[in-house]
Amino acid sequence: MKKNILKNEGVQAIIASIICVIVGVLVGYIVLLVINPAGAFDAIVAVLKNFMTYSRPEAQMRYFGNTVVKTIPLLMCSLSILFAYKAGLFNIGAAGQYCVGICACLYAALAWGWGWLPCMILAIVAGCIYGALVGIFKAYFNVNEVISGIMFNWIGLYFTNMVLSNVKDSSSPYTLTLKSTNPDAILPTFGMEQLFNNNQYATIAIPAAIIIAIVIYIILDKTRLGYEIKATGFNKSAAKYAGMAEKKNIIMTLAIAGALAGLGASFLYQTGFEEYIVTSSSVPTMGFNGIAAAFLGGLNPIGAIFSSFFIEHISSGGAYVDKSIYASQISDLIAAVIIYLCGFVFFVKIMMNNAIAKHEQKKLENSKKGEKE
Amino acid sequence: MEETYAVEMLHITKKFPGIIANDDVTLRLKKGEIHALLGENGAGKSTLMSVLFGLYKPEEGIIKKDGVEVSINDPNDANDLGIGMVHQHFKLVECFSVLDNIILGAEPVKNGFLKKDEARKKVMDLSTKYGLSIEPDAIVEDITVGMQQRTEILKMLYRDNEILIFDEPTAVLTPQEIKELMDIMRNLKAEGKSILFISHKLNEIMEVSDRCTVLRRGKYVGTVNTCDTSAEELSSMMVGRDVNFHVNKKDSKPGDVVLTVENLTVASNRHKNDAVKNVSFNVKAGEIVCIAGIDGNGQTELVYGLTGLEPIKSGKIKLFDEDITNASIRQKTLKGMAHIPEDRHKHGLVLDFSLEDNFVLQNYFAPEFSSKFFGFMKRDNIRKNAEHIIEKYDVRSGQGPITIVRSMSGGNQQKAIVGREIDRDPELLIAVQPTRGLDVGAIEYIHSQLINQRDHGKAVLLVSLELEEVLDVSDRILVIYEGEIVAEVNPKEVTEEELGLYMAGAKRSEVRS
Amino acid sequence: MSLLIQYTLIFASVLLLVALGGCFSEHSGVINLGLEGIMVMGSLGGALVMRFMPNLSAPLMILAVVLGAMLFGLIYSALLGLACINFKADQTIVGTAMNMLATAAATVFVKAMNASINPNDVSSTIQYVEQKKNFLIYFGNFEFNWFMVIAVVALVIAYIVLYKTRFGLRLMACGEHPSAADSVGINVIKMRWAGVLISGLYGGLGGICYILAGVSEWKFENGVAGFGFLALAVMIFGQWKPTKIALAALLFGFFRALSNVYFGFDFLMSLNIPGTVYNMLPYIISLIVLALTSKHSRAPKAEGIPYDKSKR
Repeated sequence: MKKNILKNEGVQAIIASIICVIVGVLVGYIVLLVINPAGAFDAIVAVLKNFMTYSRPEAQMRYFGNTVVKTIPLLMCSLSILFAYKAGLFNIGAAGQYCVGICACLYAALAWGWGWLPCMILAIVAGCIYGALVGIFKAYFNVNEVISGIMFNWIGLYFTNMVLSNVKDSSSPYTLTLKSTNPDAILPTFGMEQLFNNNQYATIAIPAAIIIAIVIYIILDKTRLGYEIKATGFNKSAAKYAGMAEKKNIIMTLAIAGALAGLGASFLYQTGFEEYIVTSSSVPTMGFNGIAAAFLGGLNPIGAIFSSFFIEHISSGGAYVDKSIYASQISDLIAAVIIYLCGFVFFVKIMMNNAIAKHEQKKLENSKKGEKE
Repeated sequence: MEETYAVEMLHITKKFPGIIANDDVTLRLKKGEIHALLGENGAGKSTLMSVLFGLYKPEEGIIKKDGVEVSINDPNDANDLGIGMVHQHFKLVECFSVLDNIILGAEPVKNGFLKKDEARKKVMDLSTKYGLSIEPDAIVEDITVGMQQRTEILKMLYRDNEILIFDEPTAVLTPQEIKELMDIMRNLKAEGKSILFISHKLNEIMEVSDRCTVLRRGKYVGTVNTCDTSAEELSSMMVGRDVNFHVNKKDSKPGDVVLTVENLTVASNRHKNDAVKNVSFNVKAGEIVCIAGIDGNGQTELVYGLTGLEPIKSGKIKLFDEDITNASIRQKTLKGMAHIPEDRHKHGLVLDFSLEDNFVLQNYFAPEFSSKFFGFMKRDNIRKNAEHIIEKYDVRSGQGPITIVRSMSGGNQQKAIVGREIDRDPELLIAVQPTRGLDVGAIEYIHSQLINQRDHGKAVLLVSLELEEVLDVSDRILVIYEGEIVAEVNPKEVTEEELGLYMAGAKRSEVRS
Repeated sequence: MSLLIQYTLIFASVLLLVALGGCFSEHSGVINLGLEGIMVMGSLGGALVMRFMPNLSAPLMILAVVLGAMLFGLIYSALLGLACINFKADQTIVGTAMNMLATAAATVFVKAMNASINPNDVSSTIQYVEQKKNFLIYFGNFEFNWFMVIAVVALVIAYIVLYKTRFGLRLMACGEHPSAADSVGINVIKMRWAGVLISGLYGGLGGICYILAGVSEWKFENGVAGFGFLALAVMIFGQWKPTKIALAALLFGFFRALSNVYFGFDFLMSLNIPGTVYNMLPYIISLIVLALTSKHSRAPKAEGIPYDKSKR
């Protein structure tokens, strides 16, 4: 009997994600229509076109590069979240881990004048420790990781604001630029800039992040560590029964997740693409958008590459709407709707499987009838 | 003569995907009788009662109350018809008081506010009338199982139910409490209530019921007057053949001591007292030692303490000559301890993993299954291992090694665990209720595997609630009561009655150790 | 000093209201991680009432603002109910999505509203300088806010509803042992909806209280700074019991108030602690408190587990 292609889990995940995207964009469009029907279509197209708004291919390439540069930290955050989620942990603290990553690499670069690699390593370590803290609270004090994660996010934000206030001009809320203060801390471009029409922000971070995504995929799918993490995520009690060290695994998983988020911070801020605003009153949205990317990518590291790009694509696209009528936050709204819909994915999958099962049952009965006759 | 029936369930058929749980079953309950419903696990008793209680909708058949056809769509309908049920697993809110539990769903109110005084009076009146002693203000999690059951019964009486269903009510009770329950049931009958009593325990049915309906594999076998029948006849009706309950086995030849437990004390998760109190015993190579007792007397905690799932409070555990008191679960596994857990879904299996991944749950890290090189899993070996266990222990599944375990039947899931644990060739096998909820064939198979293990000179510690299993399989019985070992007996020398007395704590003997 | 008491009371009122909302939802069996978003929506509802009905008399203004906030909170909480009760969605994902969605949607909406009135105004700010005065009474230096009374009333109502009414008994049964509730004919789905919607009412009220606490205008891009989660910490510290929640709210409110007024205390200034530390304080305290209380928490047993009739 031919195997139904819809039964394949990967295919199901992709279909579910596409449905989420379509509905999410549709909701965004409806909101725009409600606000002002006249420009709604142009606005939603602008969001979806992003860099393709530009007509010259050179400009397109350049702005495509910008989107890719910002996709990289988002990908790292989404990897952080999906890695922890496989172990049954919801790492909403990725935002805070990302934030202390910024703090670590920028401070090391601007105050101490470190080179790019040590700065990057410090960001990884900072994120790692910060993630492990959430893990320790979970493992030893039974504190729900979502609530402690949020608390750590705010603490991390205020801490970063405080520390980075020391590496800025008194007149501006922005940290000093790497280019003028310590160009050595900028990640090497590795020839990447040529791919994107001399976009100077395209660095080694791009191939590195993609390789990391593949490595995470291999770890989860092919190795002992992945086996342990998934066993713990599916059934904590069985993992304990099997002799896996539950507490160690929780802390280690969140430490790795934190390291990924911290590295993500280094991958953006060490390109010189943007500076940190030390008066920020909210945690960087990167960590939260990472949730959207992780789930939209079907919790698959390879899927996360594409979903991260898509989320960043529409987020950047938000900048192109006519701001005298619409707010650029329309793209945040679409991302949020997509996460909300991702909550239903499990349900949709069950529906699909039931429908397939019914269909096959019918076919089976029909063929049996045929045999009898 | 025209009989008056309180309830008639006529030609009920209820199907679930893959199985027919009730196949043309008919049950007639007379007014004012105690009617037993007998059948093995999985015979369809609970399904039939769920149909009567409005939890399931049958595909075919009708239900009549006092000769009039009725439709029961949910528990409310059942309640309106005066049908009440004591579920096998009590439906009590543990942090509520007894009184709140009794009135829940039928609260007397004025403008939405509870009128507890009125409720209390009615409950206490009922309590006195039927001899059901309770403490209305006690919190349910603090009271005994017996009182919890009385609370459940009062729940039905509070709602003025005329038809009372008892679903396996004696499973969690001591023999004394069982006797009390029988008296209560007779009282209720004398007051004109009609009772349906679901059980697979023949002696209880013989003692208390007027008539008995037997189900077997979802099918109706027959209804007999209890006074005209015998336990043997009921038994063969239930199983479908004359069963030789006794397992054939050679005499045991105990060897060296494998497991030594000294003064083990384990705290309870559920109450403030210790669940296991100062317990000492040993298990030798080539023997099956059984911990017998009524559910909830510390067996679970004893095993958790031995295997390391919960920390122990004090005491010493030795495997051969080695102290493993503080060893981790993994170390214990590596030293040769295997564990068939009580709750296979919670502990024994990762239901969303494939069968082959479940087979390496405790030794996935062994060089055989994962390489030193970055810990890559050796998929070929894992597959071979799975094929070997599947064949040797006859584990049936849809797609072989790659079947997701969740989709398998309970019996095969259990076989998978038994196969996995025994195939590691452990020195000590701890098996907790290994046959719970399985059909006769699977039970026989698992028993033979345990005995086989023993005959190969390994030690087996069996924890069981089923008296027959205890007497048939084990070589030595330790009776546990309220966390203490109260007797050590030889299964060949003890009768079921005597064992029951030990289990109820009514009798004690010196325990050698 | 009176400033410290004033801020403590007003922040405690916010936390109390939101935590009570969480309490209703969790007692029915649904973990509400979307409280943050519900607060944003509630604050939007209240702010819109103030923006478009600026000339109401004080009592009417208070009533209208309260109703507006509660209505918005109620409607928004339906998103949680729909996903988590009817579709058995993951409560964490849905809660997170609701928090992100609320801020984004409120910003988009307010910006569009402002722009449509004045094309040069593309801010996400609503001002309510005059309207706010309706909520305040001055006793010397002490600025009394009617929301302090509203919070106490809400507390009393919550206590009575949970412990003295049939509804409360049934609600808690659904969070503890839904199949027991089901077996005595209680509609678990309905009760859980009720729990979630009540948490919407309370959360919305807490939201408007939050933006009226200090300032006279609100920028909706800002969200509510983790207050929804602080309220959950308050609820856990209060062991899901209204009276204890009230005490916990006072404690947390105090630490939150410190960051507003620490410079008024000489001895605190002499410690020379950077101001940011006071900003972190409520979050640090909540972590410590959670670490101390979570091990023996008496959370409703069935919270977070979708009720599946077929498994009973």
